[in-house]
Amino acid sequence: MEMNEYLEVFIEESKEHIQSLNQQLLILENEPTNKATLSEIFRSAHTLKGMAATMGYQDLANLTHKMENVLDAARNDQILINSEILDVVLESVDHLETMVVDIAAGGDGKLNVEDSVGKLQAIENGQEVQSKLHTEKTKPAEQSNTSSRASIELDQFETTVLQQSNENGFKNYLVEVKLNENCLLKAARVYMVFEVLEQTGEVIKSIPTVQELEEENFDLAFTVLIVSKEEAELIKQKILKVSEIESVSLTVFDVNNVNNTSQQEESVIQETPAPTTNTNDEAKDKDQTKTQNKAVATKTIRVNIDRLDGLMNLFEELVIDRGRLEQISANLKHPELQDTVERMSRISGDLQNIILNMRMVPVEQVFNRFPRMVRQLSKDLGKKINLEIQGAETELDRTVIDEIGDPLVHLIRNALDHGVENPEVRKQKGKIEEGQLLLNAYHSGNHVFIEITDDGAGINQSKVIEKAISNRVITEDEAAMMTDSQVNQLIMASGFSTADVISDVSGRGVGLDVVKNTIESLGGSITIESEQDKGSKFSIQLPLTLSIISVLLVEVEREKYAVPLSSIIETAIVNKSDILYAHNKKVIDFRGKVVPLISLKEVFEVPIEDDEDELFSVVIVRKGDKMAGLIVDTFIGQQEIVLKSLGDYLGNVFAISGATILGDGQVALIVDTNSLIR
Amino acid sequence: MTEQAEKLKAIVFELETKEYAVPVELVGSIERMQHITRVPKTKDFVKGVINLRGVVTPILDLRKRFKMNEEAYTDSTRIIILHLENFDVGFIVDAAYDVIDIDNEAIEPAPKVIGTVDADYIDGVAKIDKRLIMLLNLDKVLQSEGVEINN
Repeated sequence: MEMNEYLEVFIEESKEHIQSLNQQLLILENEPTNKATLSEIFRSAHTLKGMAATMGYQDLANLTHKMENVLDAARNDQILINSEILDVVLESVDHLETMVVDIAAGGDGKLNVEDSVGKLQAIENGQEVQSKLHTEKTKPAEQSNTSSRASIELDQFETTVLQQSNENGFKNYLVEVKLNENCLLKAARVYMVFEVLEQTGEVIKSIPTVQELEEENFDLAFTVLIVSKEEAELIKQKILKVSEIESVSLTVFDVNNVNNTSQQEESVIQETPAPTTNTNDEAKDKDQTKTQNKAVATKTIRVNIDRLDGLMNLFEELVIDRGRLEQISANLKHPELQDTVERMSRISGDLQNIILNMRMVPVEQVFNRFPRMVRQLSKDLGKKINLEIQGAETELDRTVIDEIGDPLVHLIRNALDHGVENPEVRKQKGKIEEGQLLLNAYHSGNHVFIEITDDGAGINQSKVIEKAISNRVITEDEAAMMTDSQVNQLIMASGFSTADVISDVSGRGVGLDVVKNTIESLGGSITIESEQDKGSKFSIQLPLTLSIISVLLVEVEREKYAVPLSSIIETAIVNKSDILYAHNKKVIDFRGKVVPLISLKEVFEVPIEDDEDELFSVVIVRKGDKMAGLIVDTFIGQQEIVLKSLGDYLGNVFAISGATILGDGQVALIVDTNSLIR
Repeated sequence: MTEQAEKLKAIVFELETKEYAVPVELVGSIERMQHITRVPKTKDFVKGVINLRGVVTPILDLRKRFKMNEEAYTDSTRIIILHLENFDVGFIVDAAYDVIDIDNEAIEPAPKVIGTVDADYIDGVAKIDKRLIMLLNLDKVLQSEGVEINN
């Protein structure tokens, strides 16, 4: 029962570690000697192993354990990382992922991993890997003190605990216990020993792990690291009171000592390995490892998105009352009240930011898995691909993130399979052998764009038309009427595959059609630009439903409108005399360009109250290359707002993309500048 | 129990001295008049939107909807918020009263024209004591030729 509580945490963390493994392994491929990366991988594998063992997933633990061995050997320069080894390790990571996914789906996480385990074992043995000091079969009691010390690996947390307890007058002991050979209930004895130890002090670590001990998954001896104030001899006596104990030995454990060795082993941050001359590199290295550490250290919890919605709505209520309270305190001019209200405003401001950001997730989460996928695919397809990712930090609403992964996978597969040509073909065409694939995400207007650009073969339009006609997607007459871009869209019609050879990579043309449907179901759209032999670009446009955008609040007469900051170039005050007329339309000369003016008052039929001023406040907005100036009355200021829909009843309103609730509780409409610029 | 089943619980509101009713289970709340943000390029009876506890809710002016004379809002003006299947919507009415039980037997089909309101909008008329209460057909009220605002 207790397990269930931890299961979610386990799954989440495992996913994170697997993700980190994937990422770091790819880095390692490019820099096989990068010790920091290797350590990072090792640590992820190690943690994963521990978690899996604790949760009782044997296959998972087993596989990670073998992986860990290989990595450890690599770390200690006993084997050299090469592409083949990485393939095996990556394959193992795939298995791990499969198992974790299975567990998440309610399965038992069992998978036949013998093959991978065997391969890993072979790698491990193939090289002269010295006896692993920290494997489960370690028999610390039989080893000399020094070796058993080295066998204990401490993570940072444990090290800190030990150091602190040292400073506080506690002593760290390494307790080596050996059970009687005839001992029948090993687990029970272990339990009793632990109970004794816990009475005298605190158990920091045990080798093998508690889990393994409980499962009697050890020989006769085990080692426990404890902190205690009591004398060694006393503890020893206490332990010996437990029956069936063969021997107990206690040694004072020097944390600094071990720390040093473990630092060397892991070649981690604290100790800078290089000579002092290239401090720059060192600093960079440090930074890198630090961020990597941080990435791994980030913990997450899963929260139902409905709860976040509820929280957000409640908070908005609070904001409204805050506004009222501010008004009241301003009227009363009571200093203490004013102070308190001001403080409250500030706190709720911070709170607002946190709540709003909780729903937003960087698209990185999705993008992260692609380098790995591209690597595998390019190997499978015998193509050379260079994947570049831009804008991974672009934030998207969680709901969208969850949905967008599969379509992107399809598109990337498609680009690699059908887009990028074989190296020989590319050479013939005079392109560099390595195909370029660019994945780019950015905010624009009220949308997030994700673009997948390849420099491959592009879409062969005549072939597409041919196929479309033969597959009865369109008729010949229709084909004659179609524009180039319409033809391009055809490849997303169902039952379509333009590759002559159907490969198992991007399937049978069901993919793109599914992609289109998924994206449209998210309220987005997808377009294809393509030039034969130059490449293709798939642009996905996704709405920012319920996401936060920065806007410029403007006032038109007494109405407030929000203009998305992303579409604003700048604001300007324009003198009436500077307004020119072209084709009877108001334009201004803006930095050498003729920019048409649009009066929001007219577009939105705002009831006009007073006469026009001599000076106009103009917001210069853009849509692609085109620009326009929106005439407003006053600029109020920049603000982060939550985008809200106007609701089904009103549906689409011209030039309004949604609404937001301002601090005073009133609704302001968000201007859709894209539809104002023609 | 059976007696209850034959009764319709409804909220009664006033519009140009006449009384109308909507089923109580659809009514989310009754709000006082507040700032309404005008939404341009919508039907004239769409007054705009308000922030109703974090939800942007469209507000219709029923006087305008029924082509009655417009009058300034008073202290008794209320917004009746209705929770419909796909969306929420608010009606501005002159005043909102209590909940009443209407016997199904007391409901008669609507005559062709009642006052200035087209019979289309009325499902039936209930006569209780000396009051004449018109039951609104919400679908018709909301639908009309032209809530499609796309232009």
